[in-house]
Amino acid sequence: MKKQLKGLTVKSIEWLSEVHILLKLHDEANSMPEVVAGQFVEVKVENSQKTFLRRPISINFVDYKENDLWLLVAVVGDGTKHISELKVGEKVNVMMPLGNGFPISNSTEECLLVGGGVGIAPLLYLGKVLKDKGHKVTYLLGSRNAKGVMMMDEFKKYGDVLLTTEDGSLGEKGFVTNHSIWNNKKFSKIYVCGPTPMMKAVAKVATEKNTECYVSLENKMACGLGACLCCVTEDKNGHNRCVCTEGPVFNINELPWQI
Amino acid sequence: MADLRTNIGALELKNPVLTASGTFGYGEEFADFIDLNKLGGYIIKGTTLNPREGNPYPRMAETPSGMLNCVGLQNKGVQYLVDNIYPRIKDIDSNLIVNLSGSTVEDYAKAAEILDSLDGVKAIELNISCPNVKHGGMAFGTTTEGASQVVSAVRKAYNKTLIVKLSPNVTSISDIAKAVEASGADSVSLINTLMGMAIDAEKRKPLLSMVTGGLSGPCVKPVALRCVWQVKKAVKIPVIGLGGIMNATDAVEFMLAGADAIEIGTANFIDPSTTVKVIEGINEYLDRHNFKSVKEIVGALEV
Ligand SMILES: Cc1cc2nc3c(=O)[nH]c(=O)nc-3n(C[C@H](O)[C@H](O)[C@H](O)COP(=O)(O)OP(=O)(O)OC[C@H]3O[C@@H](n4cnc5c(N)ncnc54)[C@H](O)[C@@H]3O)c2cc1C
Ligand SMILES: Cc1cc2nc3c(=O)[nH]c(=O)nc-3n(C[C@H](O)[C@H](O)[C@H](O)COP(=O)(O)O)c2cc1C
Ligand code: FES
Repeated sequence: MKKQLKGLTVKSIEWLSEVHILLKLHDEANSMPEVVAGQFVEVKVENSQKTFLRRPISINFVDYKENDLWLLVAVVGDGTKHISELKVGEKVNVMMPLGNGFPISNSTEECLLVGGGVGIAPLLYLGKVLKDKGHKVTYLLGSRNAKGVMMMDEFKKYGDVLLTTEDGSLGEKGFVTNHSIWNNKKFSKIYVCGPTPMMKAVAKVATEKNTECYVSLENKMACGLGACLCCVTEDKNGHNRCVCTEGPVFNINELPWQI
Repeated sequence: MADLRTNIGALELKNPVLTASGTFGYGEEFADFIDLNKLGGYIIKGTTLNPREGNPYPRMAETPSGMLNCVGLQNKGVQYLVDNIYPRIKDIDSNLIVNLSGSTVEDYAKAAEILDSLDGVKAIELNISCPNVKHGGMAFGTTTEGASQVVSAVRKAYNKTLIVKLSPNVTSISDIAKAVEASGADSVSLINTLMGMAIDAEKRKPLLSMVTGGLSGPCVKPVALRCVWQVKKAVKIPVIGLGGIMNATDAVEFMLAGADAIEIGTANFIDPSTTVKVIEGINEYLDRHNFKSVKEIVGALEV
């Protein structure tokens, strides 16, 4: 898959919570490239004194009919703040598609897609692709409270949606790993994206249940192209693996997590 | 269209634009964005005799107008390069230059000897100035004796163009440049990264696993320009300038200060097509100022 630099136009920008935006970017010139769910883009941040490097953001969805790329962004610092201040019609320079993406089986599977916080982002497109290929999709999405629950109408298009909130304001109370589904249903594959402690907790459950499990890492990146080796994670054999090209998705068996 | 050709010792470059080691991988990573055949040369990732895992994560911290890194020369060793990577990249119609590091004089010389036998490797850029390795690396580059020792040893083992990359983390970069010239270097390139550091005040922790790291990007450009200016006056061999070059104007400034060629580093991360844009921009500058050859602007600063 050829990587490209694209000048995209902001089609819409919508605040989904106090800190989350959904950015829809449109390509006026060319069609969106083929992408694998779980791949990411590097967004160039213009006119910032502080932000020098591009920002890696997961592909939330590709709408080929509209020729749009969707990004779900949590505003956590200067770079994401600048992204959130983009105006409709403005141009954004995006490098894409990057990384490996989630592996998908050819035979029909029961898939559990577990997301926490803004980590739900890549799971939307993953669910669509899985559903299109005939897999059965269940989403298990966790957030701190009901305010952090986003894009439910979209997720529901591709699978059952189960929720947990830490304060119990929506869905079951607790963390994703506390949800009753774990006792009620057997899955053949688990895909996880979210904060590292959450991914480790899910990886532990997956290991106990002997279920194949993939996680998506969010290491800090400089190039996003495998050129600088700033983004590495240590694997089980003590080797440094490049997260931007060999990842961001890894099988939990490859990682040295104590589980 | 001006004549962009230039020379680094016996090596002819089709234009003065090279890539800075550690920022351009093996070139292949950028093939989707640019035509690699257009480059004056491509200097690949720092290579050592034996494989190195490099330093632990986190290896990078962003700074205003730049970044710090402490990658620590992660690479699979020179033999892996020869067997697995070299065959894939040797036929790019440009000059393949290997950036070589080591922790002992013997290691440097052995690796240089292996590279000497490869027709497709047109030059070595000797890194005696990496700030991210505990033993050796910068130790050689910070004293005239250390620099002479390693350059003399590699000179014996390597017959083609030998470029020596200098550290700005020294009292007098001109003294090191002179020592390196006297020991047989065909050219010097400068600067490598400036030693720096970044702190997370809330956590009271360093942002880099090694606490310190090398600063690069536009924030180092004034220091780099000054170094090129000083070194050009101190030596007769060609000087390759780098440090914070983001566009053609930056590149021209380095050439006016005395650089015969330039390297593009951190800018590749922001725009992977920077190199080609800089080549086009230099040409445009030369035409606009009625220069016939790029060589005319080298050291042409009017003071
Ligand atoms: C492959 C990949 C996919 C990603 N996908 C998304 C996405 O879809 N949506 C989204 O909102 N974010 C995503 N991120 C994280 C996003 O890149 C960072 O939040 C962003 O770079 C922060 O930039 P900033 O300038 O706003 O914050 P900064 O000023 O750089 O940092 C602000 C705070 O956030 C923390 N932080 C910065 N970068 C990261 C990171 N990579 N991981 C954890 N903490 C970080 C810093 O330590 C600091 O405390 C992804 C990261 C990667 C590597
Ligand atoms: C991530 C990274 C890795 C680097 N690795 C090397 C290396 O292996 N060998 C070397 O001689 N210089 C290395 N450098 C230094 C650059 O080649 C260059 O000297 C420096 O970054 C200054 O130029 P710039 O500001 O244009 O990036 C590295 C720089 C960066 C940012
Ligand atoms: S970010 Fe440069 S290699 Fe991954």
